Amino acid sequence: MKTKKKIAWGDYITYIGVTAAFIAVTALKNGGALNRSQLGLLVPICAYITMAISLNLTVGVLGELSLGHAGFMSIGAFSGIIAAMSLSELIPSAGVRMAIAMVTGAVFAGIFGFLIGIPVLRLRGDYLAIVTLAFGEIIKELINCLIVGYDSAGLHILINFDGSKTASDLELLEGGKAIIKGAQGAVGTKTIASFTAGYILIMIALFIILNLIRSRAGRAIMAIRDNRIAAESVGIEITKYKMMAFVTSAAIAGAAGALYGLNYSSLTAAKFDFNTSILVLVFVVLGGLGNIWGSVVAATVLYILPEALRSFADYRMLMFAIVLILVMLATNSSRTKALFEKLKSAKKEEEQ
Amino acid sequence: MSFSFERGKLAAVPSGSVIPERDLDKTPILETRHLGIDFGGLHAVQDFNLTIGRTEIAGLIGPNGAGKTTVFNLLTKVYQPTKGTILLDGNDTAGKTTEQINRMGIARTFQNIRLFNNLSVEDNVKIGLHNQEGYSMFTGILRLPNYWKQEKAAHERALELLSIFEMQDQAGVRAGSLPYGAQRRLEIVRALATNPSVLLLDEPAAGMNPSETAELMENIVKIRDLFQIAVVLIEHDMNLVMNICEGICVLNFGQVIAKGSPEEIQANPAVIEAYLGRKKEA
Repeated sequence: MKTKKKIAWGDYITYIGVTAAFIAVTALKNGGALNRSQLGLLVPICAYITMAISLNLTVGVLGELSLGHAGFMSIGAFSGIIAAMSLSELIPSAGVRMAIAMVTGAVFAGIFGFLIGIPVLRLRGDYLAIVTLAFGEIIKELINCLIVGYDSAGLHILINFDGSKTASDLELLEGGKAIIKGAQGAVGTKTIASFTAGYILIMIALFIILNLIRSRAGRAIMAIRDNRIAAESVGIEITKYKMMAFVTSAAIAGAAGALYGLNYSSLTAAKFDFNTSILVLVFVVLGGLGNIWGSVVAATVLYILPEALRSFADYRMLMFAIVLILVMLATNSSRTKALFEKLKSAKKEEEQ
Repeated sequence: MSFSFERGKLAAVPSGSVIPERDLDKTPILETRHLGIDFGGLHAVQDFNLTIGRTEIAGLIGPNGAGKTTVFNLLTKVYQPTKGTILLDGNDTAGKTTEQINRMGIARTFQNIRLFNNLSVEDNVKIGLHNQEGYSMFTGILRLPNYWKQEKAAHERALELLSIFEMQDQAGVRAGSLPYGAQRRLEIVRALATNPSVLLLDEPAAGMNPSETAELMENIVKIRDLFQIAVVLIEHDMNLVMNICEGICVLNFGQVIAKGSPEEIQANPAVIEAYLGRKKEA
């Protein structure tokens, strides 16, 4: 029971930490202490934190390596943009539209997560990783073919496989507007994403994932990770719970994508390539597999790091790589582990 | 190792097996008919017939590689049998998956321990209780009243089950860091949590010292008496098998070579030959 209480405390500390950071940054922002480029980082950081915690559900909690997570972010981003843009006259409130966009992004990413999950979750280990990578690339290419516009008659969607069509083929009525123009991506998007929306999204994602882990379904998912054969032997439906984790993870990534997409007036599908998937995976691995608050911290620090290293100019990414290696070495060395153990046992003694 | 208990008298059933007399008037909990599996050309198990009474403690013994664990894997559908039928409480289990078999009432432990190593002892048992709890994923995420009610019940039930082996104090310990003997006991508790009617134990005493084995023997009988379930165990510790098993089935090269009470098995020349080899002609 003791440990149970302690774990629950850890959850609250995560919520409190995120909220405290949000309040502190908002104060800095309102006080004018942040410059333009720093302000520009706020929403993407929120989106990447959400991405990291959602990927941690697949990689850390379910234990399956996914290399196509940016694909779900992409689906969320573009479906979110379509939803927000096409409703811009119907719903004047930007906040409400933002919420609708994130829900739409989550739903579409969730649906694709389910469809992709059907073949992918039959595979294991490296094979699963490779197939998710492939699906991530397929999604990117499909969105590159997408031409979407809206007018008073509703949405117009064209799929431009042979490259012969342009936005004018949508044949929009007077007053209509193209939202997504194939390989040019989304253009002229109204940037309605805000830091507050990002904060709310992170809190919702944390709430869903932390509560899921401490429930019956979450235990089943972790049981599959630790020992699939034993999980089957105690009556756990492997496919169902794998799918549950995968779809939840995809849906949250979709919401993060919508937040990210609506932060930029123009956005191409190429942004959500393999590198983005790997970047998020790096956040998860460095933060600790299955460690949700670790993902939050790692995503924040590693997203800011390249900006903080701007003074190194051309050597910026080299420094980034070196820092990554150092962090990896430091967190995995037996000495630091022993140090953490020591701290833990000291804390325990205090409690007793 | 002075433990002993009242063993039931055995009686023959039509299938050619023997079960305790007290279970005769009820449907046997487990019955296999001509069960077999081939791996390519290898007949790993063939024509395996066994009947287990509802409250019987049965032993499955045989030399290494005889096919004992394969029989467990067939019963729990880790392998789909290529021949024969398995009746669980009179119901055919053809086409069922491992997890469906568990819900029908067979729980097992593994020869090479398979715990959820990164989770706590309590969570391991709660995972065993998975199908006894019934709230949905959304109830869990939103923590509706039903979540708290069922989690509280699961917590209490888990501690109650752990107390069979006096492990309730270790509920918060990570399962992977338990000592070997405790891991074996936790596996049994986890299997019991699924509310089985047959418990399959694959070498429960492996790696245990004599005093732990003696305690295990008492606990197996206690579990049977408490839950009124059948226990089938694979074991190399003959002391354990001969002391607590009522019916014993001996396998060699995938085939049953003897069935009967411990006394009959000990006197059976085919069993002696399988274990010790043939006497040299003078």
